[in-house]
Amino acid sequence: MTNLQMWTYAVVGATFLLYIFIAIKARATTTGEFYVAGKGVHPVLNGMATGADWMSAASFISMAGLIAFKGYDASVYLMGWTGGYCLLAMLLAPYLRKYGKFTVPEFIGDRFYSQTARVVAVICLIVASLTYVIGQMKGIGVAFSRFLEMPFETGLFVGMGIVFIYAVLGGMKGVTYTQIAQYCVLIFAYTVPAVFISLSLTGNAIPQLGLGSVMADGSGVHLLEKMDQTLTDLGFAAYTAQKGSTINMFLLTLSLMIGTAGLPHVITRFFTVPKVRDARSTAGWSLVFIALLYTTAPAVGAMARLNLINTIQADSVGADTSQNLKIDSLPAWFTNWEKTGLLKYEDKNGDGRIQYVGPNYKGVDANGNVVVNEMTKVDRDIMVLANPEIAQLPNWVIALVAAGGIAAALSTAAGLLLAISSAISHDIIKGIVAKDISDKGELMAGRIAMAGAICVAGWLGLNPPGFAAQTVALAFGLAASSIFPALMMGIFAKRVNNIGAVCGMLSGLSLTLVYIFWFKGWLFIPGTAMAPDNAANWWMGIAPGSFGAIGALVNFVVAITVSSFTAPPPEHIQHLVEDIRVPMGSKSAVDH
Amino acid sequence: MSDAQKYWQANIRLVIGCLIVWFSVSFGAGILFVHQLNSITILGGYPLGFWFAQQGSIYTFVALIFFYAWRMNQLDKKFGVSED
Repeated sequence: MTNLQMWTYAVVGATFLLYIFIAIKARATTTGEFYVAGKGVHPVLNGMATGADWMSAASFISMAGLIAFKGYDASVYLMGWTGGYCLLAMLLAPYLRKYGKFTVPEFIGDRFYSQTARVVAVICLIVASLTYVIGQMKGIGVAFSRFLEMPFETGLFVGMGIVFIYAVLGGMKGVTYTQIAQYCVLIFAYTVPAVFISLSLTGNAIPQLGLGSVMADGSGVHLLEKMDQTLTDLGFAAYTAQKGSTINMFLLTLSLMIGTAGLPHVITRFFTVPKVRDARSTAGWSLVFIALLYTTAPAVGAMARLNLINTIQADSVGADTSQNLKIDSLPAWFTNWEKTGLLKYEDKNGDGRIQYVGPNYKGVDANGNVVVNEMTKVDRDIMVLANPEIAQLPNWVIALVAAGGIAAALSTAAGLLLAISSAISHDIIKGIVAKDISDKGELMAGRIAMAGAICVAGWLGLNPPGFAAQTVALAFGLAASSIFPALMMGIFAKRVNNIGAVCGMLSGLSLTLVYIFWFKGWLFIPGTAMAPDNAANWWMGIAPGSFGAIGALVNFVVAITVSSFTAPPPEHIQHLVEDIRVPMGSKSAVDH
Repeated sequence: MSDAQKYWQANIRLVIGCLIVWFSVSFGAGILFVHQLNSITILGGYPLGFWFAQQGSIYTFVALIFFYAWRMNQLDKKFGVSED
């Protein structure tokens, strides 16, 4: 076993022991504790736990990789996944806390006085959450395949097993304290390598400032200028330039923001704060802890890309390839990632060295042939995990990043699975099918639902519809088009009635779902797409990932129009809405 | 107009104000006007539009939520609808 493997097993093992210890200490015994954490969790701690819940494999493993390769265009993820907290804090969280129930479908069912609305909300929730878990599975697979040095598929199966044990045995109460520990692990793991790399490239220890600083190589050039220069020299698009269309950036950012505020596993957290006032500040604290990672990510992405290029394509471009990476002396990280199948090269010109150039590269080699790219596959999702290795940081830092990535993926997968299982066991089984089910039976049903969800997500995760962050973006589109509008209208539009809400949710969800499946394949099964997924086929040039915002708009319009032609909600519902609008008289945090 | 209505109106006004800022720093500065703003550089080597898209908007969001929470707590007290 190499020194790095020993470190990885030690660090990942130690963090796991910590989570298990906490989970056993705080084992869920009642249904209430299984779904929502104990009452009276302080806003700062709750914010930290929400941060861990929120920052998934997509944020930790995938996002900086997308930033590294897309540059400015990946800003949509940064703004989208943070801006949603403003909507959550101002439009939903305090009111849902005032209402004080277990689950999102429960609120929708009560407010729209309809079991149908509740069932539709459960469907919306399951579709969005499952898609989200698929993205996590991709991330978990990447992390485990590298860490155990095995193919991606095997890594995914190991990950599924661990998620199963972890989420099914725990419950929300255990999860809250474990998530606080996980937040600490993941933020430490994310920032340590970023600080090291920022120091070595720019001499500035704060990555957020390092990204805007002058390179430490004495050239006097700013890091971002150097990026633009290097990338355009190699035939890639400039880093800070916009590549995609403005309308897609706009709509994707909006979808991600609305989706953030509509994702059930995040909303559920706000049911657990002691007071309405705390719901507002918890949203703020969550965002503080999320922002720590999100403002570091752009630096990680840019610096990882620069280091990758400098390792393979050291200094020289074109005829002189004497500095390029030699195939017979590849660094360890390169060969390790090759084993996962997520990094591939092909020595097309047979010179024994690797050329890494972009699609616009026109330079010729010594024989007068145009140089072609030989890095045939660089999976974006490996960048964050490979980053400390590429930068030649100490082994304990690399091990730490592996542990952080696993923590991020586990915490979110657990939160999502909990949302799915509570929707099935609490809203469908206890709420509608078998009202007299015992607490124990309800818990069991929840665990079975969870196991089913893991299998489905794992199977679909073998052929994810995109990189982890892109798959997750689709989930946000689905949440944006279905759940958020229903919740917001439930609070802000007294006139919206049962029929309106149901029609709105159904039209928003189905339209978005069909649009996504049309280009990504039915149920994401490869080969079943109706049209190639590219700008020429998209409706008005809108990418499937950006479509959630349109779905949300349709949801609002349909719900309001239908409501205006049908009977207004009964008196007691109007009073209910008036009541949730004021903090006064809130009951103590959910205790059923 | 009843106190409850006034409270709700003050709340809506506050939310709209905050959301205008929310929209301007992200969709405005980070996306729609990014090219114009990129001609200005700040903090050393950051083009301003790029900075808003990858840094500035996030800082503003954090500040915005705390500002909203603080103002809402004041409104709760003023209209006598706070929890305690």
